[in-house]
Amino acid sequence: MSKSPANTTAEHETGHKDHGTFRTYTIGFILSIYLTLMAYYMTVHHSLSRNGLVASLAMMAVVQLAVQLLFFLHLGQENKPRWNLITFSFALLVVIVVVFGSLWIMNNLDYNMHSTKDINKYLNSQDGF
Amino acid sequence: MSSHELTLHAAEEQKNEDKALFGFWVYIMTDCVLFGTLFAVYAVLHGNTFGGPSGADLFKLPYIMIETLLLLTSSYTCGLAMLAARRGDKRATINWFVLTFLLGAAFLTMELVEFTKLAHEGHSWQASGFLSSYFTLVGTHGLHITVGLLWMFLLVVKLWRQGFVGSTVKKLSMLSMFWHFLDIIWIFIFTFVYLFGALKV
Repeated sequence: MSKSPANTTAEHETGHKDHGTFRTYTIGFILSIYLTLMAYYMTVHHSLSRNGLVASLAMMAVVQLAVQLLFFLHLGQENKPRWNLITFSFALLVVIVVVFGSLWIMNNLDYNMHSTKDINKYLNSQDGF
Repeated sequence: MSSHELTLHAAEEQKNEDKALFGFWVYIMTDCVLFGTLFAVYAVLHGNTFGGPSGADLFKLPYIMIETLLLLTSSYTCGLAMLAARRGDKRATINWFVLTFLLGAAFLTMELVEFTKLAHEGHSWQASGFLSSYFTLVGTHGLHITVGLLWMFLLVVKLWRQGFVGSTVKKLSMLSMFWHFLDIIWIFIFTFVYLFGALKV
C-alpha cells in the first residue's frame, strides 16, 4: 500500500496492526517446524509409553494450532468487538461436540460390533433390537 | 478531492475490505466444521479394517514428514508474499507466490502418488471402512489444496498482467487465509491420522 498521507491517516483511524511482520511470520514458522519435528521424533523413537505419546502428540497439535492462529492468521489481534475470535470459538465448540459426541455415541453402540453369536443371543433374549 | 475527502474515501475502502475478509473468515469457519465431521467419521471407523491392513501397516512416516514440511514451508512463504503485497512490491509478491505454488504442487503430487500406490496395491476406498474414511478425509483436504493452487495461479497471472488494482490485496488476503487454514487442517491430519496410526491406537 502506498504511504500517501491519506492512507496513513486512514490506517491510523481504523487502527490496523493485524497484518504481522517478517519477524512474527518467522517465529511462527520456526515454532511450527520445531513442534512437527518433535512430534515425529517422539513417535518414531517411541520416547514415551503409548498413553504418554497419545497425550503429548495431541497437546503438540493443539499448541501448533495456537501458534499458527496467532502468528499466521493474527487471531485475537483485531479491534473490539472481536468477531473473528467469536466465530472461531463457536466453530471450535461445534467441532468438539461433533467429534467427541460421535465417539461417545459410537462407543456405546459397542454391542452392535460384537460377534454374530453374541448378536444372535442378544436378539433372541431381547426379542429383536 | 480535498485531503479530507481522500481520507474519508480511504477509510470507507478499508471498511469494505474488512467486511469482505470477515465474510471469508466465516466461510473458513464453516469449512472447519466440515473437516470436523470428517475427522469424527475417521475417529469412529479407523479400527474397522475388515481384516485388511491398518494405518500402521500402510503409512510411511518419513514420506508423510516430507509432505508436512513442504506444506508448512508453503504457508510461511505465503505469509511473506502477503507482507510484500501490503508493501505494494509486485515483483516480490509474485516471486513468493510462485514459490508457494511450487511447494503446494509438490505436496499435492506426493499425495496423489501415495493415493495411486495404495489403490494399486488393492487398498482403495472400497477395501474397508478405515480406508473409506481415510480417503474421504485426506482426499477432501487434497481437493481444497487443488482449488487453492488454481486460485493462486489465476490471481498471480492477474497480478502479473495488471499490477495492483483496487481489490488485489483483498483477494490475495483471502487466498492466504485459505492457505494458512489448509496448513492447520493438515497438522491435525498429520497428528491424528498418520502419527496416531503409527502408534496402533
